[in-house]
Amino acid sequence: MMSLEKNLVISSSRKLNPKKIMVRIILYTFLIINSIIVLFPIVWIIGSSLNPGDSLYSSSMFPKNPTFVHYVELFTKTDYPIWYMNTLKIAFANMILSVILTSFTAYVLSRFKFKGKKITLLTILILQVFPSFLTLTAVYVLLMQLNLLNTHLGLVLFYSAAQIPGNTWVVKGYLDQIPRSLDEAAKVDGASNFTTFTKIILPLAKPIIVFLALTSFTGPWMDFIFQRLVLRSADKKTLAVGLLEMVTGQSNTKFTTFAAGAILVAIPIVIIFAFIQKYIIEGLSAGAVKS
Amino acid sequence: MKKSQFLSCIFMGLGQIYNKQYLKGIMFMLVELITLINIPNFAKAFWGLYTLGEVKFHYVNGRAVFDHSIFLMLKGLIAVLLLILVIILYIFNIKDAKDYTKKNTKTSFKDALDNMFPYIVLTPGLLSIMFLVLLPIIFTVLVAFTNYSAPYHLPPRNLVDWVGLQNFKDLFKMDIWSNTLKGTLKWTIMWAFLATFTSYFGGLFLAMLVNSQEIKLKKLWRSIFILPYAIPGLISMLVMRLMFSGPGIINDILEKIGLQRVDWLTEPLNAKIVLILINLWLGAPYFMALMTSILTNIPKDLYESADIDGASFLHKFFHITLPLVFYSTTPLIIMSFAYNFNNFMLIYAVTDGGPVNPDYRYAGHTDLLISWIYKMTVEQQQYHMASVVTILIFIIIAPAIAFFFTRTRSFKEEDLIQ
Repeated sequence: MMSLEKNLVISSSRKLNPKKIMVRIILYTFLIINSIIVLFPIVWIIGSSLNPGDSLYSSSMFPKNPTFVHYVELFTKTDYPIWYMNTLKIAFANMILSVILTSFTAYVLSRFKFKGKKITLLTILILQVFPSFLTLTAVYVLLMQLNLLNTHLGLVLFYSAAQIPGNTWVVKGYLDQIPRSLDEAAKVDGASNFTTFTKIILPLAKPIIVFLALTSFTGPWMDFIFQRLVLRSADKKTLAVGLLEMVTGQSNTKFTTFAAGAILVAIPIVIIFAFIQKYIIEGLSAGAVKS
Repeated sequence: MKKSQFLSCIFMGLGQIYNKQYLKGIMFMLVELITLINIPNFAKAFWGLYTLGEVKFHYVNGRAVFDHSIFLMLKGLIAVLLLILVIILYIFNIKDAKDYTKKNTKTSFKDALDNMFPYIVLTPGLLSIMFLVLLPIIFTVLVAFTNYSAPYHLPPRNLVDWVGLQNFKDLFKMDIWSNTLKGTLKWTIMWAFLATFTSYFGGLFLAMLVNSQEIKLKKLWRSIFILPYAIPGLISMLVMRLMFSGPGIINDILEKIGLQRVDWLTEPLNAKIVLILINLWLGAPYFMALMTSILTNIPKDLYESADIDGASFLHKFFHITLPLVFYSTTPLIIMSFAYNFNNFMLIYAVTDGGPVNPDYRYAGHTDLLISWIYKMTVEQQQYHMASVVTILIFIIIAPAIAFFFTRTRSFKEEDLIQ
């Protein structure tokens, strides 16, 4: 076994001997088993969404007479379209606000020397340690005071503020790598700080900005903690809260509808992800991996 | 001391006006004026923060009269933050008057705007951090020193009082609290360790598998394995919850191949194992994605010379692959540990902390500290204890994350400690 696995990492010759065939069989077995483990829940939920019945008990993975009735029901019998639109709205607003706030903040902290810079950096560093949702109660009272309870605005303001400390740190790390000579050259040519940022820095920082945009866009799709706390009325509800309630309800009678709803959420996110996969991995590494 | 500086000490903005920077001067003067006018409001806010209200809820001519302790506390905090802002502006105003040189007078408005660029750009970000992040944190810390909780100290019907360290004493001394704390803390640490360990090595395994030279269609395999990272986490968690539930597909399959149905989520140990497996499914792809590039960057000749020496696979793994991967991912491990330590979402979506543990107060067998806090806050309104546990989490997690951040590029560039 040991000598077979030896070839897992590297093989020195390309000849096909029995040992090599065995190695391949083992490798492919692992690949296939892992793929099954990864794909099983996905296939199961897709299959379930096509079942004619309602409940978890009666549904099967490969229904005999598949139907799209639950997808239709989502739009005719539930508030799903409202949840979807609300979530899209929050996600877009959060994406735009977060990108603006964080990229500018990171740019200034990366490029400028000014009074109070050190204290600003330290504050951001310390704040980023504190998980934002531990402050649940305070945020609730604060939004109540500002009359922003049960509004999407309150949620977006909070989200985009809460992400600044952590993301600024990541984006600043990326910007620090971009040679300063580039923006100095632009300044010599008479460009203002704002133009230097939008024309020189932003295009070079595209990977990290895309990463930032994606994470702030997808974040609100799945956070139900604050959404549950802040949004009270049915017309303000979002996907995360709506889907969670479908599953945690005692009866499980909405199981197949949940399946359909879950798939319609996952598909667009997975597609976006597929298109900008390389930016995501670059962004993740920028924030974390040691060079 | 310059004359302008002295003037700015006496009243904000005077020095700037003396220097003929009228717009700046007027703005500073306005800040001081507004502050002075609001002195009574500041005084009232500080009184509120100090006493947390004195008028108990009662009716006067059919109208409810009361002090709302929590609102008073929040207003007091806001006043403190505003006062700090004014003090910072005051110091800045003196420095600004001192640093004034004749040259600056000739700069146009546009240039002046460009010189102020860092401050203008930072203001919205810093203000929102100050009020939406910093303020709630301070508030949470303060609540730990009050008796803010249901049923007897819940505004507006009742007042909240400062109680000093009483809550900390109760948490450690009262059996029902300390049992919950001990049990939950133990499981939280175990969970964070196991969850990080399994998904780290799961990810490494996948990355090595996909990187192996013996296989074809690498891209296809990688795309399949990355899927759990791309699918919104909550969706996967809810789907898993249903799969492992009593009538779920896992039990169906067990029954079909002639085995007994298992109580996956209602038996404590099973529930814990299932949580770790689900976390592995969710977390390994993330590590795989990051490790793939590290693996491809390991110089091939390291392995070749090891081959010549006749090293076994395991020997190469433990002496070449693992040390190199480990070296570049130590910050990630710490981050992942901290993340799992506070992985509220998974616990809440899959088990909701259950099954119930009668020895615990407001927590179940699989509750982490963080989900215990959530239950105390949202379901039980035990804000005081929730805050105490929050502070504990902070004390445990902060050093780990501080360690992580001192090792990132952002920090090293800056030489914060000088």
